[in-house]
Amino acid sequence: MATATINPTRMELTRLKGRLKTATRGHKLLKDKRDELMKQFLEIVRKNRELRKKVEQGLEEANAAFTVASAIMGPEMLEQALLYPKQSVELDMKFKNVMSVNVPVYEFHTRNEDPTEVYPYGFAQTSGELDAAVDALNRVFQDMLELAEVEKTMQLLAEDIEKTRRRVNALEYVMIPEMQEKIKYITMKLDENERGNITRLMKVKDMVLQEAHNFKPA
Amino acid sequence: MYKIAVLGDRDSVLGFKALGLDVVFADDPDEARHTLHRLAKEDYAVIYITEQLAQRISADVDRYKDAVTPAVILIPGKSGSLGLGQAALQSAVERAVGADIS
Repeated sequence: MATATINPTRMELTRLKGRLKTATRGHKLLKDKRDELMKQFLEIVRKNRELRKKVEQGLEEANAAFTVASAIMGPEMLEQALLYPKQSVELDMKFKNVMSVNVPVYEFHTRNEDPTEVYPYGFAQTSGELDAAVDALNRVFQDMLELAEVEKTMQLLAEDIEKTRRRVNALEYVMIPEMQEKIKYITMKLDENERGNITRLMKVKDMVLQEAHNFKPA
Repeated sequence: MYKIAVLGDRDSVLGFKALGLDVVFADDPDEARHTLHRLAKEDYAVIYITEQLAQRISADVDRYKDAVTPAVILIPGKSGSLGLGQAALQSAVERAVGADIS
């Protein structure tokens, strides 16, 4: 506790009291923010867990289908079939404000509106297994995009919660106790000065009285 | 307008081409690292990367965790899930809560 650096004056005391009040209010607000963020965060985590499971499962199926297609058609043919895509995807990103954290919201547009138009190849030289594989991938893609959104949101929220938590703790365990300590120190010091003053006055009064009693005109 | 990229070894990510995503092949970590940073600088909002690849350049992947764009998302490659995605989720929870709750 750095008592040496503070002046025990009334002005300093008033200033510190003001700061303590602000800090206490800030602490309460930040605590509320942290609690609300945490609530949102846990919800997002739950959603993320489900989505990830779904996506991983879907992708596994799609990968298995691709392996089969590749085995039947041969990897070169497969690559050739997929070389020039018919579809193209563009992403629109907006921001949503969650407790003053900006989180992205994705919205995607396909150039080709017809959702069945995902096969970029002719059917003559490819096998049906490839269709199944592309189809499986197409189905899981919607979830993948949602996963991206949810996961990014989760990461950003986690960062902000960490920051807010640190602030709350710094206020609660360092700033506020320190200020209370300082206020106590100043009050004690001022009181002590006051007492010292009174004693001195009493002493002086005694001395003056003594002198008056013993007064002998010359 | 933003784009979506998929980064990984050839066999794992080839299929995404059919969906119209931008597919980038990378096999060794150095190449993947460069590609990831290049994609992040361009206007890609979402980058999917295979777990197999992400595992070897995890420091570079983690760098984009706190950035708003791009979102670097792990997906299982052709040899199946390594559980890295779940692990990342867990670590985010730990970071926020300050303790492991599950």
